[in-house]
Amino acid sequence: MIKSKNLEGTQAVTANRLRDGAVVFLTPGHTWSRHINDSAIARSADEGATLLAVGNQAAVERIVVEPYLIEISAEGGAIRPLSTRETIRAFGPSVEEQRPLETVS
Amino acid sequence: MYAYDEYDQTFVDERVAQFRDQVRRRLSGELSETEFKPLRLTNGLYLQLHAYMLRVAIPYGTLSSTQLRRLGHIARKYDRGFGHFTTRQNIQYHWIKLEQAPDILAELAEVEMHALQTSGNCIRNVTADQWAGVAADEIEDPRIWSEIIRQWSTLHPEFTFLPRKFKIAVTGSPNDRAAVKVHDIGLRMLKNDKGEVGFEVMVGGGLGRTPIVAKTIREFLPKQHLLSYLEAILRVYNQFGRRDNIYKARIKILVHELGAAKMTELVEAEWQQIKDGALILAPETVARIAAHFAPPVYADSPVFTPEFDVLRLENPEFKRWLKANVASHKQPGYAIVTLSLKPEGGVPGDMTADQMDAVADLAELYGLGDIRVTHTQNLVLPHIRRADLPALWRKLTELKLATPNIGLISDIIACPGLDYCALANARSIPVAQRLTEKFNDLARAHDIGELKIKISGCINACGHHHVGHIGILGVDKNGEEFYQVTLGGSEELNASLGAIVGPALPADRIVDAVGNLVDTYVALRQNGERFLDTYRRIGIAPFKERLYAAA
Amino acid sequence: MPLLKNGSIAADPWKNVPEGEALPPSGPVILPFERWKAERESLLGRNTPLGVRVNNTQAVAELAHDLDRLEVIVLEFPKFTDGRAYSQARLLRERYGYRNELRATGNVLRDQLLFMQRCGFDAVEFEHADPEAAWKASTATFSVFYQPTGDGRTPVERRRLAGLKSV
Repeated sequence: MIKSKNLEGTQAVTANRLRDGAVVFLTPGHTWSRHINDSAIARSADEGATLLAVGNQAAVERIVVEPYLIEISAEGGAIRPLSTRETIRAFGPSVEEQRPLETVS
Repeated sequence: MYAYDEYDQTFVDERVAQFRDQVRRRLSGELSETEFKPLRLTNGLYLQLHAYMLRVAIPYGTLSSTQLRRLGHIARKYDRGFGHFTTRQNIQYHWIKLEQAPDILAELAEVEMHALQTSGNCIRNVTADQWAGVAADEIEDPRIWSEIIRQWSTLHPEFTFLPRKFKIAVTGSPNDRAAVKVHDIGLRMLKNDKGEVGFEVMVGGGLGRTPIVAKTIREFLPKQHLLSYLEAILRVYNQFGRRDNIYKARIKILVHELGAAKMTELVEAEWQQIKDGALILAPETVARIAAHFAPPVYADSPVFTPEFDVLRLENPEFKRWLKANVASHKQPGYAIVTLSLKPEGGVPGDMTADQMDAVADLAELYGLGDIRVTHTQNLVLPHIRRADLPALWRKLTELKLATPNIGLISDIIACPGLDYCALANARSIPVAQRLTEKFNDLARAHDIGELKIKISGCINACGHHHVGHIGILGVDKNGEEFYQVTLGGSEELNASLGAIVGPALPADRIVDAVGNLVDTYVALRQNGERFLDTYRRIGIAPFKERLYAAA
Repeated sequence: MPLLKNGSIAADPWKNVPEGEALPPSGPVILPFERWKAERESLLGRNTPLGVRVNNTQAVAELAHDLDRLEVIVLEFPKFTDGRAYSQARLLRERYGYRNELRATGNVLRDQLLFMQRCGFDAVEFEHADPEAAWKASTATFSVFYQPTGDGRTPVERRRLAGLKSV
């Protein structure tokens, strides 16, 4: 699992919410969204490190658990992870019938 | 089956209160994640890909209808309406919220269930033969001893921070259905030449990164010494098991590095010191627990009835179901029925809340309220009158729990894999689904015969692929999902670990590859051989040749 | 670091004297195990309380004959997940009959205090906002115990056999 390695390329920060375990993504406003399209995008290793630091602070504040950087593509306004694993995390298991994400509380 | 007394109930209620307080302290910040993680793991609560996953213990795979109904209720109220039965006879829920976990445990405690020690570096759920108490070949019911071990291992103050997880399995029958040879401790009940029943004690088996078959360190252990002997083994492991490398921390590595002889010596020396102490099992203790597992009073049941005979003659589906899913019971006129959780296109081992409720009702109506979970991710109704088989079969068919494929090619074991599990490298469920679709012709499946396919999404081998007749291991090759095939594994008492056939195959070729392997077997089998028998006779070369020639 | 003895904060009169350091002329001293073994004769000649600190890879059996000369034995939990000292503690208490102070040190967390007590520890070096309350709460979490240890509690099975009701 890629944690806090400095990655090249386009990245986002993801984590699981502490209380309910939901997969969330760090937004430009430093809130956490269930939707990957809301992600803040880091375009360099430095930006990634900065974003991750925000994520780590949220872990200290007990909002999320174990934040880390993922590689994404952000072509044409749709953000998608590059790895199969993160795609499954972002969009749900490939084997469950599609259920709408619960509304973010 | 075992029923809690006031002590057991008090204990589990106290445990719920403890966990509720631990969660409170985590959410308030008094406990960091590092400090909280082993505590939540000791309560079976993992953080997985999508949410928390809760693994509920089903001791030695035995459930009452009341308990199964509660599991369905929890699926409905706290999860997404389904649960997943595992290769260690437990159930997992994939979509749990941490803040609700204490309430879930409280609801489980009301029906004498818990999630204790289903994770973490402690002694895990003791698994046993899913036909315990009803199989004709049984020497003694292994669940009596599994329950004794369960109590002894519950929050054992010395063994809660072991080098690594610790798994014990017990079989009461010479035809081992509990895979004892690939457990940290495997116990096989047997009779010595004086006719006394005792245990063969095997240590250091396991799958995962370093699959190893267990070594016998004691040929015959008298029953009253069971706990003192286990304590000796655990004490040796707790002191000498490696703690420098989590991939080398299981007892199998210790046994491998010391050798079976030295391991035996250490255990026996420790045991000599404690064998006559407080852990000796009093006959009254054994009798009290054994009484919970006394055979039920069986109503008379004719061996055949007209309805049964007619249906068997006229309905090939019913006949196939009888052949694959129904086994003989030690009581005349009764049968053991396996419910297939492997329908075509389904997720192996998954069950909806509605199905759980329905099966709980069926168990009460037909089966004395007794349900078992197998380590092959199916359920069993162990006491069914033969006369009731036609009616039960019809109801199970409506519920999609009657696919006549037990032990056959579409009775696939698969771990949750990359769809759910944070440890996985590749998905396993879709491979299983496509295989059940390819082999959906049940007549053909019956012709192919016994063929155990086991799929793991990573080297941790929760799908037990090392002991599959065909084992499939998902691997990550440069970000793509690939699948490595092994052949010839078996978890029976003459256990064997599968041999790798060749280079891993891409996702779009694995299903056809299995087809190719089956074709090779069918072409070359002799005299009613199973797949495993043909493999053992002709070796890997013919399979490998045809598989990679077609590639 | 506060010292809890039998659940109450206590003054710690002991001085840890690591390898290479000179022994103070008087006063109670705790020596590392290897030093104890090397200087045993001269240490036994001192007219002061003696203690030994054992790490979790050392065999406590080697102390068995000296237990009545030692007033404290310190066992270590380098990480709280490393549970070797639980076995060492039980061996000292139950196999070799050690009766004096058995102290836990290292990464000691509140949720392990009950296990430690059950295994025979009666003293812990324990950092916490309210150590006495933590000890009290932790050791009172359960009233039902399944395993016999040397802690004096009656395990469930004995209560069942005696026909006792749960308290």
